[in-house]
This record gives sequence, structure tokens and C-alpha cells, in this order.
Amino acid sequence: MHLKDKGSALTAVMLLAGFLFLFIGIYRGESIIVFEKAVNICLECIGIG
Amino acid sequence: MVKNKNGNDGFRHIIQAVWTLITNAYIIGFIRGKIYQGKIKNVCVPGLNCYSCPGAVASCPIGALQAVIGSYEYKFSFYIAGFFIIIGTLMGRFVCGYLCPFGLFQDLLNKIPLKFKINSFKYDKILRYLKYCILIIFVILMPIFITDIIGQGFPWFCKLICPAGTLEGGLPLVALNDAMKSAVGFLYGWKCFILIAVVILSVIIYRPFCKYVCPLGAIYSLFNPISAFKYRINTDKCINCNMCANICKMGCNPVENPNSMECIRCGKCRSICPEEAIEYTFFNSHKNR
Repeated sequence: MHLKDKGSALTAVMLLAGFLFLFIGIYRGESIIVFEKAVNICLECIGIG
Repeated sequence: MVKNKNGNDGFRHIIQAVWTLITNAYIIGFIRGKIYQGKIKNVCVPGLNCYSCPGAVASCPIGALQAVIGSYEYKFSFYIAGFFIIIGTLMGRFVCGYLCPFGLFQDLLNKIPLKFKINSFKYDKILRYLKYCILIIFVILMPIFITDIIGQGFPWFCKLICPAGTLEGGLPLVALNDAMKSAVGFLYGWKCFILIAVVILSVIIYRPFCKYVCPLGAIYSLFNPISAFKYRINTDKCINCNMCANICKMGCNPVENPNSMECIRCGKCRSICPEEAIEYTFFNSHKNR
């Protein structure tokens, strides 16, 4: 396989893996944890908690 | 051919500013001293943008990562790992150069004219590894292992280090919200001290936070050599004049390594090159100017 094609294949595999991970994360409910953290003021982030 | 050494900086700063406004578009939050609580807050922005900024309409990926792996339910975040893989594979540290509000903040500070500017110093190269240590220790290990009695960890990077949180969240919320004002203590002072240090250093050194501290930059840097967006040197055109290496404020040498982990894709090297020998590719499709 040409080096350029190998690079493209790697990029495609990485993107597929990324979307797979993302959907697994959503399925596991991780986005809800992110949401719950983000809609409340994060006291640690602002230096109070 | 004499070229403008600021290159495409003006265009880049416009993109940075527009992106900062889009991702912090909840203007009413700055008036009320409250944060946005809409549904898109479960989505992350690519850059370092505190979700406790009154204007923030989405989440900070570093904060979100610590929130998930610090929860008692999960010790690995597929959601955030997937997000990093997608963004990193597409853009690498292009995010740092174009889509990070805290990067824009440092860029602007570095424009303050000062005779005493430092491009490189003795421990510069070694200090670049500090951001990987901060990523592993403060963003990953501490939220997982230092927990309360129910197994809930804290976002230690946000709590102890992140100056973006102080700038975007801490300062406006404390200024606008009386309850927050009354709760200010030592930690707030410590975080303000870090922010002031970053501000002063940013005037002297180009993007010190990105170079030495930022865990998000550390993550994206791992993707720079393999990302879809890449630089490449046209060796037929390159005359080895070294102008690209001399202009680079991140200390990269594009001729030696056009996809260095430190390159934030600011494009200064491309702009200064007299032979237009630095080209970029996206998914290996060659683009010129």
C-alpha cells in the first residue's frame, strides 16, 4: 500500500473509532453526566469550591 | 520577495474572535451573573472554554473529561475520548491556533509591545513535557483516585490550575453574583495568582500556557503527526533559508518536521516563506495558497 493511502486509511480508522467511542459514551449516559456538571456553576472551576 | 512577518494573523484573530463569540453567545449570562443551562451543554467545544463562563453555550472538554472519570459510575470516558479522537484526527492542534478562546487571549497579550521578549530559554524544551505530566496527574489520575466517601472525584486541574476558568468563570461570576462574592477564599486568591502569572508571562513569552501547561494542547499534540490537516514541505521549492523556523513563535522548524507536536498551525511559516514551499493537505488532498 502506498504511504499516502496508509495515512488516509489510518485517518479513516481513527475517525471511525472516534465516532464509535462517542456513541458508546452517549449510550452509557456519559453525556448526561457532562450536562449535569455543565449546567450548574462549577465551584472548583471558578476557584470557590 | 519581502513578506509581512505577521502573515495571516489578522485573519486568524478574526476567526478566533468570531469562534469565541459563537461559543460564548449567552450574553444575558454576563448581565445576570448566571450560566447557560440549555440542552447543548452536553456537547463539548474543541478549545479550552470554561463551562462556568456566564456566556458559554457548550462544555469544556477538559472539565467534561474530569467530570466523567471523576464520577462514581465511570473511570473511563468513551464520550470524551471519542470527541478527542474525532477533533484530533481532523485538525490536531489547529484547534489551539484558531478555535481556543484562551489561545486568543494569550495571542493578544503577546502583542503588547515590550523590548524584553523571550523566544527560547534554557529549559524551554524540557518544560514542554510539563503539559503531559499535568494531563496525566491532574486531569486523569487525581480525579480517578482522589475521591470522597461515595467515590466522587474532583476536577483537580480546574480546581488548582486552570486560569481559563478564573478568567472566564471566576472573575465575571464573582463580580456579578453576591453569593459568589461572599464565598471567595484562599483558593480563589491562588487561582487569581496563577491567572496574573499567565498574563504577565504571556506578554513576555508567546503562549506560555499552551507551551507548558495546557492538557488539551497535550492531547491534540498527539494527533498532529497523523491528523487529516497537515503541513508538508515542497522540497522542490524549499531553499532552506530558515525563515520559517525563525518566525515560529512555538519554536518549531517546519522544514525538519512540518507536523511537529508543538505546531499550532498558526500559518506564520506559510506566510513568511518566500518560495511558498509550505503547503497544507486535508485528507491528503494537496492545497496550495
